[in-house]
Amino acid sequence: MPLIAIEDVRKRYGDNEVLKGITLRINPGEVVAIIGKSGSGKSTLLRCVNGLETLDSGSIMVADSQLVPDELHLRALRRRVGMVFQQFNLFPHLSAGRNVMLSPMVVKKTPEAEAAALARRMLDRVGLADKFDALPDQLSGGQQQRVAIARALAMQPIALLCDEITSALDPELVGEVLGVVRELAEDGMTLLMVTHEMRFAREVCHRVVFMHQGRVHESGPPEEVFGKPQTPELRQFLAASL
Amino acid sequence: MIEFSTWDILRNLLLAARWTVLLSLAAFIGGALAGIAVLWLRTSRAALPRRAAWAYIELFQGTPLLMQLFLAFFGLSLLGLEVSAWTAAGAALVLWTGAFLAEIWRGCVEAVPRGQWEASASLAMSRLQQMRHVVLPQAMRIAIAPTVGFSVQVVKGTALTSIIGFVELSKAGTMITNATFRPFTVYALAALIYFALCWPLSLASRRLERRTHAADSH
Amino acid sequence: MAYRFDFAAVFDYTPVLAKGVLVTVELIAFGAAAGVAAGIACAWARTQGPRWLRPPVAAYIEVVRNTPFLIQLFFIFFGLPSAGVKLTEMQAACLAMAVNLGAYSAEIIRAGIQATPRGQFEAGASLAMSPGQVFRHVVLRPSLQRIWPALSSQIVIVMLGSAVCSQIAAEELTFAANFIQSRNFRAFEVYFVATAIYLLLAVLLRALLHALGRRLFDPGRAR
Repeated sequence: MPLIAIEDVRKRYGDNEVLKGITLRINPGEVVAIIGKSGSGKSTLLRCVNGLETLDSGSIMVADSQLVPDELHLRALRRRVGMVFQQFNLFPHLSAGRNVMLSPMVVKKTPEAEAAALARRMLDRVGLADKFDALPDQLSGGQQQRVAIARALAMQPIALLCDEITSALDPELVGEVLGVVRELAEDGMTLLMVTHEMRFAREVCHRVVFMHQGRVHESGPPEEVFGKPQTPELRQFLAASL
Repeated sequence: MIEFSTWDILRNLLLAARWTVLLSLAAFIGGALAGIAVLWLRTSRAALPRRAAWAYIELFQGTPLLMQLFLAFFGLSLLGLEVSAWTAAGAALVLWTGAFLAEIWRGCVEAVPRGQWEASASLAMSRLQQMRHVVLPQAMRIAIAPTVGFSVQVVKGTALTSIIGFVELSKAGTMITNATFRPFTVYALAALIYFALCWPLSLASRRLERRTHAADSH
Repeated sequence: MAYRFDFAAVFDYTPVLAKGVLVTVELIAFGAAAGVAAGIACAWARTQGPRWLRPPVAAYIEVVRNTPFLIQLFFIFFGLPSAGVKLTEMQAACLAMAVNLGAYSAEIIRAGIQATPRGQFEAGASLAMSPGQVFRHVVLRPSLQRIWPALSSQIVIVMLGSAVCSQIAAEELTFAANFIQSRNFRAFEVYFVATAIYLLLAVLLRALLHALGRRLFDPGRAR
């Protein structure tokens, strides 16, 4: 029973058809990497899953609920599927702890003390227990992204969408973030990740999906996709990235 | 009691509005000249003119226009001058407008990139030549939108001159209200006329602002 | 004939001036609080609010920004009784100031909201917050911080504009000055002193707002 079922999703921006019929099923506990050139539609697809982009046609089901584009349904969906952004998007006027606590308090009406305890646990889980009171601009990029992960985890989602979460980081900070993601994967979190980190994809993911010009071009376990690319486009892409 | 029609009211207000327009134009033109002078002092290399200009601007921006009108009206008559409401109003508005325009234009001059000064200096231009040929033309382009925007404040400022007795649109409004006992209608119509004068200027200023920024993003 | 300045004649009336200052402070305290609240509400309406609310809010803002404060004040105090709304001088003055500042601050705050990076809205949405919750908890405070200097300037401008409220006999500083000069005939000296007091009030108000800004937005106090 797939956790996320994407059926023949199409989307266009003006004249440009960005998603040309994507079908993809993610099972519970699966870690799936989406790779491809910029402009291939990877981020757009991810953003369709939690409703930040609308579909022109096709459907998306998350945990047996159809994705319906009205406010109420989308918010219910977002309580179960979290997102981590390339630009972190931490709230600059709140401390790390408050960033993590905000949504549980405001959306789930969790009392403040309980939310604070939850936030501490989440920050501890990403290795930032001592940064509870730090402000985003006092943290490094890697730390900010880990706070962002903790913030998404505080909603206790069934799946996490990661949109190029290491692309905006200095190389030496990438490792700490990927370390956290690896642990999440080992704990059984369902992850759908758009990423350029090929080595990480190879080591941690159950499946790799290669997108090209709005379509799923190839997909399969990492050994196959990286080791035995079937199409010239994938071969070209791998040659350029590795 | 004479019955006044709404048209009577409107007609009288419109006649008085001519004075609003006249005073606004006089204040704006006079203020522009004063503004240029203050700007020149404000950007001087010598400390004294610069501080004097700064004090002038702080004074006129930090006190109510109404007070400035009162001081002009009562102060000038102390000097033995025959001061009509028109003269006092004009003088105060010119000084007030000058202070604000000087600040607006100073911001526009400072918005011209430093590199322009440096390039023209390295071409051996004097300060006057730099201003005239390189910096001011660019500053003026930036200055059009906020200057038009400030003209709205000038028109609205003329309303206060009614308080020292100058008969423009607001004073006419008060006088007509006293005659007709219809303040709702009178002041609503007066507001309408002010709106008709100011709104086009506001719109023009916004349009100019957009065009200035569109040009910048090339 | 040389005019002999007599400032002592003004300071005989110090209690009157003091009362005037107090009333001016009352006017701007109410006007600023109510005006900024109105401004936030209108800015919200224009950026996040329902479509049907936008034209009336836009109309209110355009009308207030394109008509003189004096006329707005007269309309509220003299005009509204015909429509059944009778207000005292202070009520009318406070209302006029709030209405006036509301329109200007709406535009200033709107600019602040529109300068918010899109990622902030998306992050809030992805955490299942409603648009209203995102506005209240994520967008509002940074937006206010962004435009605080401009908003402070506008509040000072409106405080100086409160001088006009003397025209409906609200007993603020200008009214006090008018009263004194009608008694001692020292118009120039009285207005000079009053102007100096206004200048001082403006400086103090600016400092107060600056300090308030630091208190509300200072990073060290992230709540």
